[in-house]
Amino acid sequence: MADIELQGISKKFGPNTALRGVDIDIKDGEFFVLLGQTGAGKTTTLRVIAGLEKPDTGTVLIDGQDATTWNAAERDVALVLQQYSLYPRLTVRGNLEFPLKSRTQNFTADEITQRVERAAETLQITRLLDRKVERLSGGEMQRVSIGRAIVRQPRVFLMDEPLSALDANLRDVLRVELKKLHQELGATFVFVTHDQVEAMSMGDKIGVLDRGKLIQVGTPDDIYAKPLNTFVARSVGTPPMNLVDGVVKGGKAVLNIGGHALSIANSKAQDGQNIRFGIRPEDVLISPDAPAEARIFDVENHGVIKILTLDLDGTHVHATVSAQMKVKIDDTVRFGWKPDKVLYFDPVSGLNLSIQ
Amino acid sequence: MAGVRTPREKWTNRTAIAAVFLALIIMLTPIYWITATAFKPRNLATTIPPTVFFTPEVSPFVKLFTKRSQLREQPTQEEYESAPWWEKMVVDGGEKVVRNRKTGEVRSSGYSDRFKNSLIVSIISTVVAVCMGTLTAYGFSRFKVKGEDDWMFFILSTRMLPPVVVAIPMFLMYRVVGLNDTHLGLIILYTAFNLSFAVWIMKGFIDEIPKEYEEAALVDGYTRMQAFFKVVLPEALTGMAATAVFCFITAWNEYAFALIMTNRNAQTAPPYIPSQVGSGLPDWTVIAAGTLLFLIPVAIFTFLLRNHLLRGMSFGAIRK
Repeated sequence: MADIELQGISKKFGPNTALRGVDIDIKDGEFFVLLGQTGAGKTTTLRVIAGLEKPDTGTVLIDGQDATTWNAAERDVALVLQQYSLYPRLTVRGNLEFPLKSRTQNFTADEITQRVERAAETLQITRLLDRKVERLSGGEMQRVSIGRAIVRQPRVFLMDEPLSALDANLRDVLRVELKKLHQELGATFVFVTHDQVEAMSMGDKIGVLDRGKLIQVGTPDDIYAKPLNTFVARSVGTPPMNLVDGVVKGGKAVLNIGGHALSIANSKAQDGQNIRFGIRPEDVLISPDAPAEARIFDVENHGVIKILTLDLDGTHVHATVSAQMKVKIDDTVRFGWKPDKVLYFDPVSGLNLSIQ
Repeated sequence: MAGVRTPREKWTNRTAIAAVFLALIIMLTPIYWITATAFKPRNLATTIPPTVFFTPEVSPFVKLFTKRSQLREQPTQEEYESAPWWEKMVVDGGEKVVRNRKTGEVRSSGYSDRFKNSLIVSIISTVVAVCMGTLTAYGFSRFKVKGEDDWMFFILSTRMLPPVVVAIPMFLMYRVVGLNDTHLGLIILYTAFNLSFAVWIMKGFIDEIPKEYEEAALVDGYTRMQAFFKVVLPEALTGMAATAVFCFITAWNEYAFALIMTNRNAQTAPPYIPSQVGSGLPDWTVIAAGTLLFLIPVAIFTFLLRNHLLRGMSFGAIRK
């Protein structure tokens, strides 16, 4: 078990900068999720931790020791990739044994069998042990590659989008299993994903990456409720946070579009200041006595809830309402928001003004 | 619909079969011709129209392995006695070349030695070229090499001129360093010639092997070398087999350099076989017999590697 610290990691690939001064502190036993779009530098960060890439600048500390120059084998980490990491020529057993037979390990044949069988049991793949890898389904393959990671009982598990190649049902099942596995093993997990649902539901901590920069690290609650800027605000939550520009006037928010005046809770925002207001869809209220009026552009029924898309002169605002509410497209409704849930962002820099 | 064929499909199918047969006939005819000629008595080898039915004999093979091919047709006893003295001298002189003076045994020809030379040179140069090619390709495929494209082009460019162009300078250089008419000399030549080809083909195959395999092994505690031997090599075997077949065929069939660079010790079979036309009389049955035997190793080699070859031919055959 180990904690990992990255200090000022930068990495360039030719003309492309993958990472710009990333600092992360991952505690022992934490389930840390790196969330970001394609090309944000998630995988590079993971590969730097694994020792498969050497950073241009910066230090990698594992358990407080400088591991920057250690190669992959010395770091005692395990890597689970989206695909490909299984050897097609070997059986499932052969694949699970592979990490145990390396030069750095000293296991007797009995120990190897024991460990392989224990891992297989944990992942419920015992019946597949003697099958060729080529004849496994996607979900089974991913279980085996997770098995390959756990047989060695490494200090750190690194997972690069291990679920994204699977279909939705299987993803849900494995998501739960991975969380359970994390609890059982108590090891440090670093999990890379572009899927905010995965990030929110699995992570103890989430690190949001944008174009090589780590924007914010925090618990899922923090990330959701107190995003550092508009990018983080929009990267979690379905549908994402609504952002509307307006001005603070007389203790009310006056929206630039439509000129609706909505009440706000006491804030540091000064009168006359231009603000980008952020409001989560579930904090948008639809009721007959609400202050503003809008046309319904679209209604999505999700069973438990309905997601309304309100049209404010071309700007769309999402609202989550109970599925019981009877609305249809082109209805006119009145809407407002929960004043205490409104977030204030700087319209230019995008920074959250309420956190400063 | 499985099993049900529209008339149109039936037709395409039949046409395809007919085309395959036609191609097969065209390709097998020379083989048949060589085989038939190799077993014909000499006087039937060049008849017009060709003789199709004949009693096969092994005399061409006997002549091939002995010096009898250098002898004129043996005259019958009567012919010999009625011949003028100078013709008797020619026949007797021929006998002296063919037979060991002391024991009277028929001397063996150089064919088996040349054949052995061919095997030695082709096999060693193929193995070396494929091994070096695989390692080079691995380097180019996995590591950042400065000016990679230029290097790859440079490697390919060694194949861009007909090899005979460099034959004379090579001959002069070889004479200086004493590599003329040696196995090593030919092996170096053929390896160099095949290497560019091996690098290019193997690069294609190794590029197809996902990097993730090795990276997983590296993370699992294997060194780069171990990862290469344990993970990459088994995946690359198919490609190596395909490359080996190509290299072997090239080395085995090579004529021009062998003709120029070797004459006795290290001469391979290709320049030897036609030389039989010049020694004694053009006995086509002997040449056919030599050619037939010469075809066999390539056939065996290709046959042994046929599974790899089939998979290797459809590039990118590695399962995703």
